[in-house]
Amino acid sequence: MADLNVGDSIPELRVTPDKYLPHRYAGASGDFNPIHIDPEFAKAVGLPNTILHGLYMMGLVARSATDLAGSDPKALKRLSVQFRGMGAPETEIVVSGTVKSVDGDTVVIDTVAAQGDNQTIRNAEAEVRL
Amino acid sequence: MSIKTEAIGKEWPATTYEVGKEKVGEYARVIGLDNPVYFDREAAKAAGYRDVVAPPMFCVVYSAPALAPAMFDPEVGMNFAAMVHGGQEFEWGEPACSGDEITTVAKCLEIFEKDGKGFYVFETRSTNQNGDEVVKGTWTNIVRGV
Repeated sequence: MADLNVGDSIPELRVTPDKYLPHRYAGASGDFNPIHIDPEFAKAVGLPNTILHGLYMMGLVARSATDLAGSDPKALKRLSVQFRGMGAPETEIVVSGTVKSVDGDTVVIDTVAAQGDNQTIRNAEAEVRL
Repeated sequence: MSIKTEAIGKEWPATTYEVGKEKVGEYARVIGLDNPVYFDREAAKAAGYRDVVAPPMFCVVYSAPALAPAMFDPEVGMNFAAMVHGGQEFEWGEPACSGDEITTVAKCLEIFEKDGKGFYVFETRSTNQNGDEVVKGTWTNIVRGV
């Protein structure tokens, strides 16, 4: 288990969702909003193409946070995010973060999920019990 | 500015969701999680869980159905064409495991206008069959041009 100090970077998580990932996430989550799975619908409402589910990207942020605690799900006590940019399939997502505070066995991580310069999730704060 | 605020404090009927082993595994695979506690009952029990355990963010699967009627309630009156999911917070308690019956109640916490945008903040509280709180969610939707 990592010994983390304020200001430390956490290991980056890099994931490239394939073209059909939004379909699988829709099935797994029950969120079939057509902006995520139907290119014609997405374009008709002014989007460049289908976009990733924000909660899928939040799932990746949660994954990077639990990875700090040996991938134990109960280590993640709280996660708060702001959705900003839209995420696109077939583009690499990089989840990165730094340690904001340490209190006993509990760390708070500031996290960002980005595709290139496009920060899709920012001001994410994860509280993890190590 | 004519944002409707009479729904603040309103609660909607509870929904119940039974967590299933294969549904947990399906969700975990999509997120790319490979800890066997999400797939294998014996591995989950060896790690101290009652059964296959749900990844934390699986909470959206069992809590979102309680929120749907709130989102579509005319008393709330959100304009979906101009709505984005602006922010989300979850605080987890007791882990959710396969076989759990999770009951979720949604409530409207806040509706306010800021910088020409409408902010609609909902809370979901999910408890398991033993009455233990599993997760509390705070969902913020932002509507442009209210």
